[in-house]
Amino acid sequence: MTDKAAMQALARLVPPGSRVLDLGCGNGAMLDYLQRERGCSGYGVEIDDANVLACVQRGVDVIQLNLDEGLAMFDDNSFDVVLQIDTLQHLRNAETMLRETARVGRTGVVAFPNFAHWPNRLSILRGRMPVTRRLPYQWYDTPNIRVGTYKDFEVLATKNSLRILDSFGLQDGQEVRWLPNARAGTAVFHFEHA
Amino acid sequence: MHFPEVLPLQSGASIRDYHLAYETYGTLNADRSNAVLVCHALNASHHVAGVYAGQDKSEGWWDNMIGPGKPVDTDRFFVIGVNNLGSCFGSTGPMHNHPDTGEVYGADFPVVTVEDWVNAQARLLDRLGITQLAAVLGGSLGGMQALSWTLQYPERMRHAVVVASAPNLTAENIAFNEVARRAIVTDPDFHGGHFYRHGVIPKRGLRIARMIGHITYLSDDVMNEKFGRQLREGIDLKYSTQDIEFQIESYLRYQGDKFSDYFDANTYLLITRALDYFDPARAHAGNLTRALARATAKFLLVSFTTDWRFSPQRSREIVKALLDNRRSVSYAEIDAPHGHDAFLLDDARYMGVMRSYFDSIAKELQA
Repeated sequence: MTDKAAMQALARLVPPGSRVLDLGCGNGAMLDYLQRERGCSGYGVEIDDANVLACVQRGVDVIQLNLDEGLAMFDDNSFDVVLQIDTLQHLRNAETMLRETARVGRTGVVAFPNFAHWPNRLSILRGRMPVTRRLPYQWYDTPNIRVGTYKDFEVLATKNSLRILDSFGLQDGQEVRWLPNARAGTAVFHFEHA
Repeated sequence: MHFPEVLPLQSGASIRDYHLAYETYGTLNADRSNAVLVCHALNASHHVAGVYAGQDKSEGWWDNMIGPGKPVDTDRFFVIGVNNLGSCFGSTGPMHNHPDTGEVYGADFPVVTVEDWVNAQARLLDRLGITQLAAVLGGSLGGMQALSWTLQYPERMRHAVVVASAPNLTAENIAFNEVARRAIVTDPDFHGGHFYRHGVIPKRGLRIARMIGHITYLSDDVMNEKFGRQLREGIDLKYSTQDIEFQIESYLRYQGDKFSDYFDANTYLLITRALDYFDPARAHAGNLTRALARATAKFLLVSFTTDWRFSPQRSREIVKALLDNRRSVSYAEIDAPHGHDAFLLDDARYMGVMRSYFDSIAKELQA
């Protein structure tokens, strides 16, 4: 989901001037954009060596950490916004990390591939795991170890007493607000802790 | 460079009429903004890069990192290496004469701390006409100096690059230092630190100090890979208790011998003590976050996963304290097999991060 329109749609959830923590920040493009276009500050967290290098190259502050080890380094409410963009699906402790996201940030933004997007449903009906542009891996080599749906996340958020401020789907960089669970490849949730 | 004036030391003592050995590389730019200070660790000097003409094996101790076209590029930066007070590579140390008595300092050389070294370095910069450094860079004990710079002279630097370092030593680390010191002090040739008068050198103590140090700078894996259980000669055990049989024994003895030929025993005691004492959080009831509140520099921290002497956990403590203070910080944890020594070795990921960070500092200079 490196697509510029999708990035801009997510960036709109981050108020200008925010202090941002981007969990699984990849090559730092999002933070770079938020710093340049929205006057934000903050840090990325990454595990991958090449991504850490890319962040340093573009002047984005990055902390090399394994998110599965938690966020002990970060204080409660120490960020205005904590982002988890295409990160949740890679985490062994996805629920713990969601709670940590809510603890560290005054608000959180989570975006992940929506497994209930209709092409995925169709593939499952045919008896095969989906291989799409959004989920390009075979079932046996996918790094996406957590597959969930837009609706699943609503349930998880409720279970963890998160107050959803906004939620929508993203498809081809466009917001999908009508039947997002079927019509969008990406689920987006903006929430705060109750 | 000679400094006739008195330098007050943290202990309450002072030193005057001292000399600091230093080297520079590259060219100071017109607005004097491209200076990078490199701080050394236990067994190193002001000779950080390059070679001395006509001398084989005279590469600076960080020659892979610093030089033309290297990660810290001397075509762009004016790099300064300084030998610290109390060391044995050219700056005033225990083997030199006390200006009051004309006698060799020996054990009477004042105890110097990381903070004292930083003060002395700052005076050198005054003389060189450099009011603000682009960066202070150091590994291990050198990293402690870089960190201390950010607290003692926050306005005089823009970046701190702290590699394989720690906010203080753990008990285990102090314990290793103490074993090394006991080895030196109990050598009959030590003479309470005044061995120069007796025309001897406590080489036995220095050898053992170096051997134990060396073990802690490597990782178990790398030592096994390099030496394993290999015997020095043949395949048969000699059933001796004192012969050198295993390769690792031979290696450690060689390292110890080499070290005892050039390193000063009192310097070893002084530098390990400076390591033990460094603890910026001490004045803040152990609270590193409060201690680092003074720092305004931008930070890069690097640690190595197999470094058990200055473990990643210790670097993360510094990162956390900087995050708490909302300072600009990047942190790379390099999965290298070489233990603490990794900070002096080539690793593509490590070198890449260092190069990129210094590139970004260079870009700021042009802006």
